[in-house]
Amino acid sequence: MTIETTSSATPAVEAKSSTLRIAFYAVMGVVLLVLPMFSGDFYINLASQILIAAIFALSLNLLVGYGGLSSLGHASFLGLAAYFAAWFFTRGGVDHVSAAVIAILATSVVAGLFGLISLRASGLGFLMITLALSQVLWGVAFRWAAVTNGDNGLSGMTRPMPFGIDLNGAANFYWFALIIFGVSFILMAIFTESAFGSALRGTRDQPRRMAALGFDVWMIRWITFVYAGFWGGVSGLLYVYYHKYIHPTSLSITTSAEGLLSVIAGGSGTLGGPVVGSILVVMLKNYASAYIERWNMLLGFVFLFIVLVMPEGLVPGTKRLFNRFKGGAK
Amino acid sequence: MTISRRTFVKTVAGAGVATVAAPYVARAQADVMRLGLLTVKTGPLASGGIDMERALIMYLKERNFMLGGRKVELTVADTAGVPATSRTKTQELVEKNNVHCLAGPLAAFEALAIDDYLRQVQVPTIAVAAAEDMTQRNPNPWFVRPTATSSQCAHPMADYAAKEMKLKRVITIADDIAYGHEMTAGFQRVFEENGGQIVQKLFAPLAVPDYGSYVAQLKNADALFLGFAGSNGFRFVRQFVEYGLKDKMKLIGGMTALDEAVLRNMGDEALGIVTACWYSAELDNPVNKVFAPAFRNEFKYDPGFYAAATYAAGAVIDQAVKAVNGKVEDKKAFMAALRAADVMTCRGPVKFDDLGNVVGDTYIRSVTRKDGRLANSVIKTYPNVSQFWNYDKAAFLANPVYSRDFPPAKNLDK
Amino acid sequence: MQSGNTLTRTVLALVAVLLIGAAGFSYVSSIRSPQFAVIQALNSLALGGLLFLLASGFSLIFGLMRLANLTHGAFFMLGAYIGANILRSYDGVNLWFAMIGAGIAVAVFGGLLERFVLRQLSSNSLGQVLVTLGMSFIVADACLMIWGGDPIPVPTPAAFQSPLRVAGFMFPTYRLVVVLCAVAAAIGLYLLLERTRLGAMIRAGVDDMQMARAVGIPVSKLFTAVFMLGAGIAGAAGVLGGPIMSAYPGLDADMLPLALIVVILGGVGSLIGAFVGSFIIGFIYTFGTALLPDLAYVILFLPMIVVIAFRPQGLFGRMSA
Repeated sequence: MTIETTSSATPAVEAKSSTLRIAFYAVMGVVLLVLPMFSGDFYINLASQILIAAIFALSLNLLVGYGGLSSLGHASFLGLAAYFAAWFFTRGGVDHVSAAVIAILATSVVAGLFGLISLRASGLGFLMITLALSQVLWGVAFRWAAVTNGDNGLSGMTRPMPFGIDLNGAANFYWFALIIFGVSFILMAIFTESAFGSALRGTRDQPRRMAALGFDVWMIRWITFVYAGFWGGVSGLLYVYYHKYIHPTSLSITTSAEGLLSVIAGGSGTLGGPVVGSILVVMLKNYASAYIERWNMLLGFVFLFIVLVMPEGLVPGTKRLFNRFKGGAK
Repeated sequence: MTISRRTFVKTVAGAGVATVAAPYVARAQADVMRLGLLTVKTGPLASGGIDMERALIMYLKERNFMLGGRKVELTVADTAGVPATSRTKTQELVEKNNVHCLAGPLAAFEALAIDDYLRQVQVPTIAVAAAEDMTQRNPNPWFVRPTATSSQCAHPMADYAAKEMKLKRVITIADDIAYGHEMTAGFQRVFEENGGQIVQKLFAPLAVPDYGSYVAQLKNADALFLGFAGSNGFRFVRQFVEYGLKDKMKLIGGMTALDEAVLRNMGDEALGIVTACWYSAELDNPVNKVFAPAFRNEFKYDPGFYAAATYAAGAVIDQAVKAVNGKVEDKKAFMAALRAADVMTCRGPVKFDDLGNVVGDTYIRSVTRKDGRLANSVIKTYPNVSQFWNYDKAAFLANPVYSRDFPPAKNLDK
Repeated sequence: MQSGNTLTRTVLALVAVLLIGAAGFSYVSSIRSPQFAVIQALNSLALGGLLFLLASGFSLIFGLMRLANLTHGAFFMLGAYIGANILRSYDGVNLWFAMIGAGIAVAVFGGLLERFVLRQLSSNSLGQVLVTLGMSFIVADACLMIWGGDPIPVPTPAAFQSPLRVAGFMFPTYRLVVVLCAVAAAIGLYLLLERTRLGAMIRAGVDDMQMARAVGIPVSKLFTAVFMLGAGIAGAAGVLGGPIMSAYPGLDADMLPLALIVVILGGVGSLIGAFVGSFIIGFIYTFGTALLPDLAYVILFLPMIVVIAFRPQGLFGRMSA
């Protein structure tokens, strides 16, 4: 399966859409900041979940959008970090900071290992091998009950108290998640905008030429894989803080698929896309389902609609429509 | 295809658009009591979840949405059977809908996923899920369970199998989830203490498309104990028959293996299978004499485990609301009243132990044909069965929780 | 598929499979019992047969259209439900008729999906992933809405209900029928590909799409035809598997990963690969879960990881996936 991404926008289009981009970020920023003042706990918690899902989708996007490597096993890293943190904290008798550090480090190491295995394939093979690796982790989490507590899941996790601030309240946790999200977003943006990011896009579009130019294509992909695994781990850490509970379903194909769908629906290879995609998926799953009994079907139709109307994803698609509206684009 | 009248009306009203779940009571009133139901309406667990919703609505409709003198507004949330979604949905019911009381959830891992949250927000919850430790070693003070723990009905089943059916060698097979482990463990403990032997223990992953591979492994035994939940027992039994084993060993089962919901799709192969459950659509008590025919009349099939669970939960809530004179806002008092409930329900009399788990009758049932349909006919009643069976509570709780490896199986055939 | 190289490899593989099978059989017979080994072998073949019917369509579609059709599991489930419904609604209808009916219905559904949706996305493989996953959500939820959450049995034809007794062994007769059907379908597909004009066009398309287009093969119609064929086989397989598995919510999610593994193992676009891969997976799954219950959840994925890591094109594939 060759992944052809059509999102490399020309500078002219970039310039024209900058107004839109600034407006978008401004609106997003204001919404994010004032949200806790105006809404009830339920909506704040929903926003926290969106932030967590967005970090997860952004990290997956590094592989899918920038590296051209469609992974259907990214839940591995979310689940691993969550399990490591929960296990070390509740059973290993370690404090929150050490548990978090161990969890993220261990997850990154596993990501390095998984990268070694899965980068031997590409296209559909890569999709399947990442799926297989995450299924193995899922199987272990489900079956190795002595450590993971099986399908009863690990409970007893608590939220940390950074600088003595209690994160149990919805608003406090939201601020915590927002800060982590901001840091993740910026660091991932720097990554993609750097020379390394350009090289990565090069390996996606022209792997042979990149190799001929002396780039180590494999190494570029592997580093990206580990970096994506690292941020997947960060989202997993927030995930287990939020839920205070971890269950094998968090390692399942569904979790991976939701991440992948968020990336593609929002627009792969863009920074805003995975965020918008996550908003869409979390809202449909957790909010719309209260009003619409057949929400799974709705989710399916929304994806169908997006692909037919905006094949490149919501964010680039909206940009295109916006530019057309301004009479700018072709 | 069965369409409930409600779904039908909604579909027509929605005119092809996605069906919008309108609240069952038109408007929120100041004095209305808000009840939330955590159930599963999408995904593989939907069968039981839809029954939970139907029966609870039926209970409320019969009482004109009045419980204990207060008007009730019900909000139904679909958890999809996913722990993380269960938590979000619970938060939605508590934080957005401000419910006074929750019914559900269905699955053990859902209950465990919301355990700490329920303690934090202190919302009385009338559970369906069977997770043992929620009312044993790690009891949740806001939890009350009118159904049963995983092993609560397996204990009497084992007693009956050993003493009355005179079985000696039994194989167990169950879903490879905590529910299956706990139920099998409870059966094994009582059965072996009464002179029986568990000669083989099998656990099949939930997502097994073909049970042939498990049927082929069965050794020689007097009987096979089915610890399945949902539709898996049904699919297993069909393969069991296909392999010509029906004449070779008897089939017995736990409380969900041959649920009425499953039974309606079965044929003669189910006849004679003996199971234990805290309910049967055939029960001859005044409440069930109204409930079972009404349910059958409306939905064209017999109510089973999940339907009876929320219908019984309705009765418990009803009485507790009455006991606190409708003041459900006083959570502590309401919770105490729930646990103090002593009420006649469709499953028979229900009262609770000090950990919030039901002490109630358990029925040994055998599948027979009645008026052309299959039914679980009651052949023996074990009165007032507790989650600890005949064991001393302290001694019971001193043991580790039932699991795949506890109690250890010592009589397995090599 | 036409080269002598493939033929040699096929023969070698079959010999290897037979040898490994014989060794495995005597080993399993010695640690369990001959009865166990025989029955499990039959179970493996039956599961392998169903997997072949599912995977062959997936593999052909992928080979020709470069489309990973994640709706394929849903086709299988949809077929099972439609078949069960036909059998329930019309008295006296037999399983074969239900199979054909469900196969045609699912094929038409697949054709519409290809024509009106997937057609728009020929160069957008991420979009295809999104759409085929989205379609599988829609189909699964529609089945739940129409047929409810309870499993619906597909009755075993009366002639095959009682077990067959041969040489002291008891065989579930119907599983033998499933194996025969799968083998017949395999031969039929092979002949279709090797001996007909349509088959020649499909092979040309799999080998080199640009060239096929250049020599005037109506690629667009070919795509629709192959997609309908794959969908139809999957739908019919759902009915054929019905007496063993029933129709139940989640059947799609239980089957799709197995089919994907088969395709990866056998090599995408290769019919022989799908055939051999299906039976290998059937055996690994059936014997693995019985003999190594601790590894029940990972038993299928470990070999797949090894295969992709060392032979990314699969056992019989010529193109890298």
